[in-house]
Amino acid sequence: MDRALRRKITNSVFIGLCGAATLVALAFLVMILWSLVAKGFGGLDAKIFTMTQPAPGSPGGLLNGIVGSIMMCVLGMVLAVIVGILAGTWLAEYGGKTMYGQIVRFLNDVLLSAPSILVGLFVYEILVKPFHGFSGYAGGVALGLLAVPIVTRTTEDMLTLQPNTLREAGMALGAGRGFVIRSIIWKAAGAGLFTGGLLGFARISGETAPLLFTSLGNQFVNYNMAKPMGSLPTTIFQFALSAYDDWQRLAWVGALLIAVAVLAVNIVGRLVARETHRP
Amino acid sequence: MTATMMDSDSAPPRETAPGQSELSETIFRGLCFGAATLLLAALAGVVISLAIGGWPAFRQFGFGFFTSSAWDPVQENYGAAGPIVGTIVTSILALIIALPLATGVSVFLVEFCPRSIAKPVAVAVELLAGIPSIVYGMWGLFVLAPWFATHVQMPLMMDAANLPDWLSALVAGIPNGANIFTASLILAIMILPYMSAVFRELLLTIPAQVREAAYGLGSTNFEVVSKVMIPYVRRGAVGVVMLGLGRALGETMAVTFIIGNSHGFPHSLFDSGSTIASTIANEFAEATSDMHTAALIALGLVLFILTFAVLAVARLLLASEKH
Repeated sequence: MDRALRRKITNSVFIGLCGAATLVALAFLVMILWSLVAKGFGGLDAKIFTMTQPAPGSPGGLLNGIVGSIMMCVLGMVLAVIVGILAGTWLAEYGGKTMYGQIVRFLNDVLLSAPSILVGLFVYEILVKPFHGFSGYAGGVALGLLAVPIVTRTTEDMLTLQPNTLREAGMALGAGRGFVIRSIIWKAAGAGLFTGGLLGFARISGETAPLLFTSLGNQFVNYNMAKPMGSLPTTIFQFALSAYDDWQRLAWVGALLIAVAVLAVNIVGRLVARETHRP
Repeated sequence: MTATMMDSDSAPPRETAPGQSELSETIFRGLCFGAATLLLAALAGVVISLAIGGWPAFRQFGFGFFTSSAWDPVQENYGAAGPIVGTIVTSILALIIALPLATGVSVFLVEFCPRSIAKPVAVAVELLAGIPSIVYGMWGLFVLAPWFATHVQMPLMMDAANLPDWLSALVAGIPNGANIFTASLILAIMILPYMSAVFRELLLTIPAQVREAAYGLGSTNFEVVSKVMIPYVRRGAVGVVMLGLGRALGETMAVTFIIGNSHGFPHSLFDSGSTIASTIANEFAEATSDMHTAALIALGLVLFILTFAVLAVARLLLASEKH
């Protein structure tokens, strides 16, 4: 065969394969979302938000899981935002170029993709075993530890983006460095910091593995964080693997709720981020 | 930049200026430093707590912990070979499936996709990464596994007599769809968006002149991509592979749903098995004895060392590519 023709054919096949790979990826997204809607949407009614988890065969909802998930995610986010923004600020404004700073940045990146189940084991060892009990606090701390690296990373990136003239202007007025960071730089980077928080929240709201042995689960609505606490993901885990049809149906409803929440937060985060990158 | 800014701290403070108190400056700086140190302490804490918690198992079983595939809570005899092999096999299979897909997606988005749809397509692919692990698990268990059992496993079993021996050994197993191979498939879908996102960023860092020069010589798209672009970012590309591997090694819920959760070595691709993460997720809350808990935490330490090594190499390779 003619060499030019062969190159042409190889090239078309290659382009076709690349396009096909993209279609495969999109097809998986569509199939998963379709299953969620097809199997979860029908079960979505008021009982889901007003009743706690039922015995097999009787009506019920996911209230205990929803309440527990919200409480533990809020605790996790409070911890993650405080520690993450301060640590990110240190990396961007104070010691990021030092040896110690580079080590912290590197380990933060590793922590970013470390298996969440190991964070669960760690929190079990420091908060569950010494106090002889699973608790909502332990669950919240585990979730917080998972969100911290994301908030730290985005904070550092967003602060580094702020022009140096801003800092110089503040300091020229005689303000101290910390004051400039708190009242000028943080404000200028506000939307970016908010995005970091949203991304962290999206990461932890669907997390299951670290909750299995920190908050354990609770079939009743529980507002006391010192006690074992239910969560949507652990309820889904328990129900999906059960042999009862109605529990499995509830698991699909829960999966739909979580997926919609996480995807919505992801999309909002993207919109906010786009707003800030606009010059 | 940071260094010159820090030097300006040495200027004598004016008392009337806002927020100028030496004390508040020191406290704020200390808080920031403390938070950064807390990150370091968390990672150290993970290693130390896993080492201490797992120590009884290492002391009891010694090196045999890594070579034995016994897992018997009744006899208190634990060996980690089954989950370790399961973890490595599923992760590598997932990588083999995901790598060509991720390469295809990122090359398509950077080189061939019309500008107007490249952005939404990229976002859609990245949304795959946003779907929680447990949703992948449910989808795998209730949609993928039954489909796989009916359309792949059953026909293969029916046809077993006509298959060569090595192939029928590879696909032997109970046709319920919950096995090593389907777990790898789910893992591949889960790591695909991460890999393609990082790979795409790498490809975008290639200077336009490099590609234009290759096109100027009359290269086809395929030649530009395979002979110029990919070699240009090869260190980073290895980093992408390692990043995907690191993710796959520690993925928990999706695998727990679909791998079949049996102890011991998997004997074929379609045999049920377990991974380190799935074993811990399944057994930890119900561990019957101290030694059982210790064995599970020891497994956790093995997983930590595996993922830390892989992720560290990935980060170093990716960082070296960016400069």
